[in-house]
Amino acid sequence: MNSEPAITATDVTVERDGFRALFNVNFHIGAGNLVGVVGPNGAGKSTLFDAIVGALPLARGTVELHGIDGRPGGLAYVPQRDNINLRFPATVHDVVMMGRYCHVGMFRGVSRRDKEIVRSCLERVGLWERRKALIEENSGGQRQRVFIARALAQEASIVLLDEAFSGVDVGAQEGIIQVLQSLRDEGKVVMLATHDLTNLAERFDQIICINRHICAYGPPAEAFTPEVLEELYGSHGMVLAHTHAGGETHIETHMAHD
Amino acid sequence: MIDYLIGPFQYSFMLRALFVSALVGFLLPVVGAYIITRGRAFMTDALAHSLVAPVAVASLLGFTSYVTAVPGGIAIAMLMGFLSRQTGISDDTSIGVVFAGMFALGLIILSISVDVNPGRAINIEDLLLGQVLGVTQTDVLISLVLTVVVAAGIFLFHRHLVYTTFDPVGARVAGIKTSLVEYLLLALLAVVIVIGLSAAGIVLVMAMLVIPSATAYLLARRFTGVILLGAFLGVVSAVAGLYLSFYANWPSGPAMALVASLIFGVATVHKRAFPVKADE
Ligand SMILES: Nc1ncnc2c1ncn2[C@@H]1O[C@H](COP(=O)(O)OP(=O)(O)O)[C@@H](O)[C@H]1O
Ligand SMILES: [Mg+2]
Repeated sequence: MNSEPAITATDVTVERDGFRALFNVNFHIGAGNLVGVVGPNGAGKSTLFDAIVGALPLARGTVELHGIDGRPGGLAYVPQRDNINLRFPATVHDVVMMGRYCHVGMFRGVSRRDKEIVRSCLERVGLWERRKALIEENSGGQRQRVFIARALAQEASIVLLDEAFSGVDVGAQEGIIQVLQSLRDEGKVVMLATHDLTNLAERFDQIICINRHICAYGPPAEAFTPEVLEELYGSHGMVLAHTHAGGETHIETHMAHD
Repeated sequence: MIDYLIGPFQYSFMLRALFVSALVGFLLPVVGAYIITRGRAFMTDALAHSLVAPVAVASLLGFTSYVTAVPGGIAIAMLMGFLSRQTGISDDTSIGVVFAGMFALGLIILSISVDVNPGRAINIEDLLLGQVLGVTQTDVLISLVLTVVVAAGIFLFHRHLVYTTFDPVGARVAGIKTSLVEYLLLALLAVVIVIGLSAAGIVLVMAMLVIPSATAYLLARRFTGVILLGAFLGVVSAVAGLYLSFYANWPSGPAMALVASLIFGVATVHKRAFPVKADE
C-alpha cells in the first residue's frame, strides 16, 4: 500500500474557456525528485498543477498519482499568493496546524501529538520562533516555508508549490530550495512552478520547461538550451546563459518589460 | 438607574425579548466571523432581503414564518452559492438579481396576503425593521432549537470552515470536501438570518451579522478572538438596542444596528489612535 510516490502525465490536454491552455503533456516523475516547472506568465503552470490535483478536468489524457492512495493528505498544494485569503487572521502556527486537519476527525480535537508534529515541522523550516506571527506579517520567503511546514504536517508525499519564488529574494529562494531538497531526500516528489528562475536552476533535479506544451524536460543543464529559452521567453526576452568553468550552468532570464 | 435596567423585566414579553436579543446578539456575529473573512457581507444582505418571499408565503397561508423561511432561506442560499460559482456573470451581479427578484416577489405576496387575511397577515414594518418586543413563546422555542442546530454545525465544521476560508485550493487538495463546506456555511447563514429576523428585521439583520464581527476583526488578532469578541459586542449591541426599543419605542432592528455601528465607529477611531493590534 505504501508504494513510492510518483506522477505520470500521459498526453494531457487541458482547455480553459475553449482555449487549449495545455496540450500533449507527457512526463513521469519518480520518487525523490525536485522538479522545477519553468515558463512565462500564462504558460499554463498553474493549469498544469490544477490538472494534477484534479481541480480542472482533462480534455484528453490521464494523470496518475502513485503512492498516495487510501491515505488522507498524501498530496499537498501551496497555491500562488493570490489564491490565499490573507484577510483571514491566522498565525504561522494556525496555518501549519491546518495540515493536521485532514487527519483529525470531526469529533476529535487536535491532540498533543498533533501539536508535537506541528512543532517539529516548524522547527524543521526554522520558523518555530515566529509561530505567533500572523501569516501576513511574514516575508514572502518565510510564508513559503510556513506552507512547506504545513505540507510536512499533512504528511504529504507529493508536494506542489505554485509561484513559490514570487516576491522572494534570491537569498530566501535559497532557503526554500534547501528545505525542499531535504523533502526530496526523504523520497518525496516536489514540484515548484516559477516564471522567474534565476540562478538556482541547477539546484533542481529536473526542469520542465513549459509554454502550453512541454518544450523541454530533463536535468537543468540539458533542459535549458538556447532554443528552449527562446521558445519560453521569445525574442522579446533577453536571455543570458553562460557556462562557468566549474561546469555549473548559470542561467538568468530577464523578462522584457513591454 | 437600577430600576431603569431591571424594571422592564416585570413584563414577560420583555423577558422573551431579552432572551431572543441575547441569542441573536451572540449567534449572528459567530457566523458573521466566517462571513466577513470571506468578504460575503453583500450576500448576507441579499439573502436576508430574499427571505421576504418565503415569509410572505407563510403569511399568505397562515403559517408561522419559520415553516417556510428555514427551507426557503436554505434553498435561496444554495441558489446564490451556485450562481456565484458557476455562472460567467460576476458574483455580485447574479446575487443582486436573485436579491431584487425575491424581494420584489415577497413584497407583492405580502401585500396580497394583507388583502386575503386582513388582521392576521404579518405586519410589513415589523418584518422589515424587527419587533423584538413582539416575540412569542413559540418564537423563543424555535429560535432555541435552531440555535442548537447552528452551534452544532459550527462546532463540527469549524476547522474545515477555517481551512476552506483561508486556502480553498490547498484545503481541497488536502482532502477536505470544500464544496460541501461552502454549502454548509450558506445553509447555516440562512438559518441564523431566520433566527435574527424577529429581532433585527429583514433590512438590518445583516448589520448584526457583520458589524460586531467587523469591529472584533479590527481589534482581535486571531480568528478565535474575532468570534469571541464579536459575540460579546453583538450581545451588548442587541441588549442595548432592546432597551432603546422599549424606552424610546424605536423599532428594534435600527436600534440594535445603531448601537453596533457606534461601537464600530469608536473602535475605528481607537484603532487609528493606537494602530497596533493588541496581543491576545
Ligand atoms: N480561471 C481561468 N479561466 C479561464 N482561463 C484561464 C483561467 N486562469 C488562467 N487561464 C488561462 O489559461 C492559460 C494558462 O494560465 P496559467 O495556468 O494561470 O498560467 P501560469 O500559471 O503559467 O502563469 C492562460 O492563457 C490564462 O489566460
Ligand atoms: Mg500561475
